[in-house]
Amino acid sequence: MNVHAKEFNESARRYTADLHHRGWIQKALDGYYAKRDEFKSRFQSWPGARNLAAETKWEAINHLDRYLDEFVSRLEARGTKVFWAPGAQEARDYIVGVARQHQVRSIIKSKSMTAEEIHLNDALGKEGFEVVESDLGEYIVQLRDEPPYHLVFPAMHLTRQQISDLFHDKLGSEPTNNPEDLTMVARRVMRRKYCAADMGISGANFAIAETGMISITENEGNARLTTSLPRIHVALVGIEKVLPRLSDLALFLPMLATTGAGQSITCYNTLYGGPRQPGEPDGPEEFHVVLLDNRRTGLLADAEQRDALHCIRCGACLNVCPIFKNVGGHSYGTVYQGPIGSVITPHLRGLQDWKHLSQASSLCGACSETCPVEINLHHHLLHNRRNAVRAHPALLEKLIQAGFVLMMCRPALYQFAASVGRIAQPLQRLVGGTILDPLRAWTKTRSFPPLAKKSFRELWRERQTT
Amino acid sequence: MTNREIILGRIREALKVPAPHPAFQELGRADLPVGPDARQRVPTAPQKWLPPVGKTLEDQIELFRQNTEALKVDFHVCANVSEAIQHVKKLAAEGGWKKVGRHRGELTDAVARELSLAEVQTDRGYAVTDLESCDAGLTECEALVAQTGSVMVSAPSAGGRALSVLPPHHVVLARRSQMVPDLTAALQHVQEKFKDKFPSFISFISGPSRTGDIERILVLGAHGPKKLTILLLP
Repeated sequence: MNVHAKEFNESARRYTADLHHRGWIQKALDGYYAKRDEFKSRFQSWPGARNLAAETKWEAINHLDRYLDEFVSRLEARGTKVFWAPGAQEARDYIVGVARQHQVRSIIKSKSMTAEEIHLNDALGKEGFEVVESDLGEYIVQLRDEPPYHLVFPAMHLTRQQISDLFHDKLGSEPTNNPEDLTMVARRVMRRKYCAADMGISGANFAIAETGMISITENEGNARLTTSLPRIHVALVGIEKVLPRLSDLALFLPMLATTGAGQSITCYNTLYGGPRQPGEPDGPEEFHVVLLDNRRTGLLADAEQRDALHCIRCGACLNVCPIFKNVGGHSYGTVYQGPIGSVITPHLRGLQDWKHLSQASSLCGACSETCPVEINLHHHLLHNRRNAVRAHPALLEKLIQAGFVLMMCRPALYQFAASVGRIAQPLQRLVGGTILDPLRAWTKTRSFPPLAKKSFRELWRERQTT
Repeated sequence: MTNREIILGRIREALKVPAPHPAFQELGRADLPVGPDARQRVPTAPQKWLPPVGKTLEDQIELFRQNTEALKVDFHVCANVSEAIQHVKKLAAEGGWKKVGRHRGELTDAVARELSLAEVQTDRGYAVTDLESCDAGLTECEALVAQTGSVMVSAPSAGGRALSVLPPHHVVLARRSQMVPDLTAALQHVQEKFKDKFPSFISFISGPSRTGDIERILVLGAHGPKKLTILLLP
């Protein structure tokens, strides 16, 4: 077992035994389910909207070269600097380079999972640039020096008490039990940062090919401030974010809000098409768009799982996943948690290192059912399992399976095995749970029912003779 | 080879194997190859699936009212400009405004003239700290969206990027003719208006700034305005 699988197992074991944590996450999600369902029901047809969203994303991803080209040429026409980054290193180097070239002193950042993916903050920190996360949840986990727990709700695992203690420790604020007061503490800190920052870094939710714009979805207004006040704006955009037309947003913005946060629409949905244009009073002097591949083209090459690139990172599949709710977001050890993370991480970071995530599923299909763009998530977990075994056949398992088949196909052998079992089972009980118990992996969390004294065949034979 | 060529090359190589179209998967035929039909499929308009919107302007104003109420927006239909002025004066008195940020415009000029407060005009650039110390931001807009209760603003219609997000109270002055049924119509409006000369900033604002990051409890005024007022004028 590799180190990632070991860590996952250990963490999952710890979290699943933590009833407080499970109850907490369930409670946090109950409100989301109610709101999500309320806003879904306002659609004239949610399934119709899903179909259309899936088809639109299919169109974009399956003609990605064309739409990316269009997106970039329109952006460049209005003075945006576009950098194509084949890998994480190139993207980091470019952004560090921009910061250096402009002698940036402080950097404000709005929420971007893509930036987490390339560990951008670490890279900038190493070069001496201070980066402050402006999204409240991200700011909280940044102060705690831990990764986001959930790709949409980064601090959902924390109580107000924990956050109050954290702010008291790190910011010297008065302890309080009121979420509004806590939010205002962060607001005051952040206001100063916005006014002082000379570089803003954001992600993007959508990239519109037709008009050459990025679209950013948020509730707090932090992304708007991040992209309005500093003199440089850098947006890090995964190549899969492309949508063909501006009008596609009319569908995607309400859908993202509904499945992502249980809202009819999020508070701010903003389109950025360039740096400050002539005649405009504010906005950055320079706008850089960094287009990131970082092995997305590897996933694109897998036609069977290509639809995983349709993902709009709404997090809906995490919220319904029984595994996520039990093992928690931090157990995954990945940037993208939950079913979508288990599907794409093996593509982004190596199948053999991350194949264990595909086993961490009940295959209930709740993720596929809830996905707004109809990604066939739970089947892709099966595809990953198959591909992993194909690349590295599990010889012992194969042997055991072959033995099992041999036994099941030969009645005499089966009867012999059953009678051995009847003798062996009482012996197993004597050593049950100890290191001598050959079944301990199974019996640790399950019971092993006693074998019947007589088999069906024996009973049948007796019935026939009497 | 440039990075652009590298990435586009990888994409073209990857797309040599076609992926099944979702419409075929629906039929339980995921194995069906991509035919010319699939490539030419133009997705239908989303209005058919999205929440319904009434046809008449009155219906749309009513829907907008309901949606903005749910979003905790202070929305008022004003019979004329002087009613709007009275309302803003009331807000200024209640909020103890000392300074407002605004941009030049027919409606903002008319209201600001009567307010007689210190002003920061953003049209020709401004100092961030000046705008930050304003008690309210007064803007016009591109459109109001009935379906979602959103205000669509752009750099030219709302005095740039920051005016509608930096001061703690955002007041929008809109005309009845700016009401559109849905997001599709709003996006179409800016496409027709700006053609290829888009402003660098266009935003849909749906309610005052908010967060649920602490225990999923709604708090208004996360980083942007704590209050949003929309006044609909004839």
